[in-house]
Amino acid sequence: MADRVVIDPLTRIEGHLRIEMETSGGSISDAWSVATQFRGLEQIVQGRDPRDVWAFVQRICGVCTAVHAIASITAVENAIGSNPPEQALLIRQMVMGSQEIQDHVIHFYHLHALDWVNVASAADADPQKAVDFAHSIGSTWKGNTLERMTAVRDTVKGIVESGQLSIFSGGYWDHPDYRLPAEANLMAVAHYLDALDFQRSMIRINTVFGGKNPHPNFLVGGMACTIDPDQSESINEVQVADIANWVAEIEEFVRTCYVPDALAIVGVYKDYFDIGKSSPNYFAVGAAGATYGGDPNQVPRFPSVMMDVKPGVILNDDFSTVLPFDPTLIAEDISTAWMSYSGDEVSLTPDKGETTVAYTGPEPPFKWLADKPEYTWCKAPRYDGKPMQVGPNARILLAYAQGHARTKEIVDGAVHTLGIDLKQFNSTAGRTLARAVEAQISAEHLLNDVFPTFVANLQHGNINVFDPSRWEPHMWPKEAQGFSMVEVARGNLSHWVTIKDEKVDRYQAVVPSTWLAGGRDKDGGKGPYEESLTSGGNHPLVNPDEPLEPLRTIHSFDPCMSCAVHVLDPEGQQLHVTTS
Amino acid sequence: MPYSLDGWKEPTLWENVKRAGVSRRDFLKFCGGLAAIFATRQAVPGLLPSASADEASPEPAAPTAEDVASALGSQTKPSVVWLQLQECTGCMESALRSGGTTVEDVVLNLLSVDYNELLMAAAGDAADKVLERLNNEPHILVVNGSVPTKDNGIYCTIGGKSSEQILIDSAKNATAVLAVGACAVWGSVQASNPNPTGAVGVDSIIKDKPVVNVSGCPPIGEVILATISYLLTYGSVPEADSEGRPLFGYGQRIHDSCPRRPHFDAGQFVRTFDDEASRTGWCLYDVGCKGPSTFAPCPIIQWNMHTNWPIGAGHPCIGCTEKDFFDRFTPFYHVLPDVNPPGFPVELTAGRIGLGLVGATAAGVAIHAGATAIRTAAAKKAEESPESPLAAFGDSGAVPVTIDGVRADGELRPLSGETPAVDTAVATASVVDTQEADAPGSIASSEGKVE
Repeated sequence: MADRVVIDPLTRIEGHLRIEMETSGGSISDAWSVATQFRGLEQIVQGRDPRDVWAFVQRICGVCTAVHAIASITAVENAIGSNPPEQALLIRQMVMGSQEIQDHVIHFYHLHALDWVNVASAADADPQKAVDFAHSIGSTWKGNTLERMTAVRDTVKGIVESGQLSIFSGGYWDHPDYRLPAEANLMAVAHYLDALDFQRSMIRINTVFGGKNPHPNFLVGGMACTIDPDQSESINEVQVADIANWVAEIEEFVRTCYVPDALAIVGVYKDYFDIGKSSPNYFAVGAAGATYGGDPNQVPRFPSVMMDVKPGVILNDDFSTVLPFDPTLIAEDISTAWMSYSGDEVSLTPDKGETTVAYTGPEPPFKWLADKPEYTWCKAPRYDGKPMQVGPNARILLAYAQGHARTKEIVDGAVHTLGIDLKQFNSTAGRTLARAVEAQISAEHLLNDVFPTFVANLQHGNINVFDPSRWEPHMWPKEAQGFSMVEVARGNLSHWVTIKDEKVDRYQAVVPSTWLAGGRDKDGGKGPYEESLTSGGNHPLVNPDEPLEPLRTIHSFDPCMSCAVHVLDPEGQQLHVTTS
Repeated sequence: MPYSLDGWKEPTLWENVKRAGVSRRDFLKFCGGLAAIFATRQAVPGLLPSASADEASPEPAAPTAEDVASALGSQTKPSVVWLQLQECTGCMESALRSGGTTVEDVVLNLLSVDYNELLMAAAGDAADKVLERLNNEPHILVVNGSVPTKDNGIYCTIGGKSSEQILIDSAKNATAVLAVGACAVWGSVQASNPNPTGAVGVDSIIKDKPVVNVSGCPPIGEVILATISYLLTYGSVPEADSEGRPLFGYGQRIHDSCPRRPHFDAGQFVRTFDDEASRTGWCLYDVGCKGPSTFAPCPIIQWNMHTNWPIGAGHPCIGCTEKDFFDRFTPFYHVLPDVNPPGFPVELTAGRIGLGLVGATAAGVAIHAGATAIRTAAAKKAEESPESPLAAFGDSGAVPVTIDGVRADGELRPLSGETPAVDTAVATASVVDTQEADAPGSIASSEGKVE
């Protein structure tokens, strides 16, 4: 007889996620992924000035804070025919690149690490051994000093002895599956604190150009931040020199701290390369940061510094074949969502997407949702009817399959060191490792390609950041449609807009976490979160009161749930609700 | 070495900080930073909201670093419940970005943040148990996110409970309630028309105790931290305006301390993005800046360790610390005729400012007069002092200056320490009236320019 186990709140993620599971004999037999928050943002943007919409949809998420804004302005520009100057596009790439790396770092250290790292055990560690451990895994991070490790050890000890555990309260510190030695735990806690310091510092790239982070400012047609080497009130050499330091700092942290830590952790928990296998299908439109206004199969609008990875699809874990990507094959299924479509269809393409709330769940407080066919606010996107994985592992595998040299070099190195097979990237540990690999590649790209191109343009007097030719609404067609596709931290993000009489007529976003967190489709195909907990029927869950193992697997996707649930009611219907 | 943390072993913060090897000097330096943040409303014109206009009690003196240190240093470690309801996590991210000084991190360790979904180790039942325990003890309650009230609360549930239930349970024994961010203050983007989920702010639900509204989308990280520190320093919630926003952060408008203010007063406006005027840092009012009606400390504290701020990066302020800004301040790139908070009629004349500096000066007078009428006794007293920054700052419309900070009457002397009265301002207006300050090209030829 199966036991029912619920994880809600599923903490250390963005937003609100509930996982319902049936378990027996120490493993998970079935699972349901439930998005428990709905805000209706796309409904709110209807009828607004399209130039304002980035600020609304940016508030979909404060973690991946810049990317929805960039996807929105790119879609609007695609619709109205605006052509931002190259420097503006490079600035967006710098903002997005730094945000992506910061996002990966925060995910690894602050959201995911406590699944693997036993903080309490760090209180008993020998600081010298922690330094030695760091060196043994190839970490050359400058924070690996005896003084530092001693100070952090004493801090942890103080917290543990005080009895006021703060964010560590209620952790599963006696769980038998915490496997790292005490000194490794201490090193990881020290790096957890270093990473906090790091993210504060490097995110200032966003602030220089967007004025603030979270939620930096953007502009349809370019950027609002002027650049002029000879003006004190524009971005000039003072800021350029700062950014030069920060991009170097980013690469240094990722190379000397994050990547060695990630390799060490997945090395200790190597069986997690055989746990958490999810849907064997992947797609991406390029490497992280790839940005397209309109169909990515057309010539990219911004080829000069995009990495040489083409849009593509991989099916059935077959990394020898990259299939062409066709955006018209994307559809969103609502079979298990608290939504209804106006016709009989349960699946619609995003350009025709609609949403009417149709809640059939119990009134809160409730204990269990999965008895009913509908159990989540999240739609289930499918590509040609198939659930897909998106995100760092999809991109890394796509780049690898296309022979991208640097990706191959790093991935082959990791595969060799760990003694794993490429197919094992489809796993809990694989997704976590892929994110670190991608951070390294993105950091190098920012340091060696994007920033130097921006500077070279400055040297050539290229300081324009705005296309005024389509700014005023009377310059637009009476009716226009556009969309964007952007590879952001958690995967492929697309925004779709229809503009009519200078106002937003229809707006849809298809978001990475929607691809991953959605429930079952009309054919019963599970969403990727659900699949990762149930494929093979052997996902461990030793103690239902301490669901450490499924936390590891779900965290490996880096859930971003406010992003996942995003709906627009294009026809402006009233929400109707049936509460049973 | 960015940290020197030593945990919480001694009874008080100061003893712990000292044990961690932090010098009294560094601790005071940090506290001095906090004191400066708390003191911003004293450092600028006394544009206090009309709610406090009739108060007879004098303003408390600005706290010194010693005051802050003494209060902070004697605290024991309070527990914190930090809820995230219907929101985007941007406010927690902003809190993570706060500061960067060694001592600040020690102060973050001042608190025991036992419940926060973004950072806490525990999940599910284990997390629920932590929350249940804290709810039964005195604690500080910090809330990010709004409460969706429609349809029995189905639009945001945590652990199967509605957000409203979670908020009420956690507020019951809270010693202080902080609503952090636009969602928690009034509902923000999801409460914008047509507000599909019935999203409301914390003070629409919690009515039996004061709610401190730390507004902004998100608020500046340092302001979030300073609001918590305020509780510990003063043992009470901060003085607030009529919307519950702490005066130390929201006591004045962006417009009052905007470095581009002289260009507003001089009628020098950016007409389109990336034009010559925007590269020269002219005023963004014409492209939609909501700074004149937005109470926020952005120009003073700035963002991400004083790196920049929205207007500094060339984008108009969208007014994210104001209620209903997604509805009231949109379209964002339009100058709105109704951007006109009570007592500040500057925008009524703003349309005429481009015509010349007389208009600008008149606006300056109007601001000054409006401000004076509602100043408290202490502020008035400060204004009388020749050393007071009040009279010279923020009302710079009363002191015509050229773009490079030289007085228009040609005299090269610092502006600080002066006490230009309203009368003086009006008198000098005629001097600059002859300038053509409308186009960037005119700067070099302006009369006040000192070569």
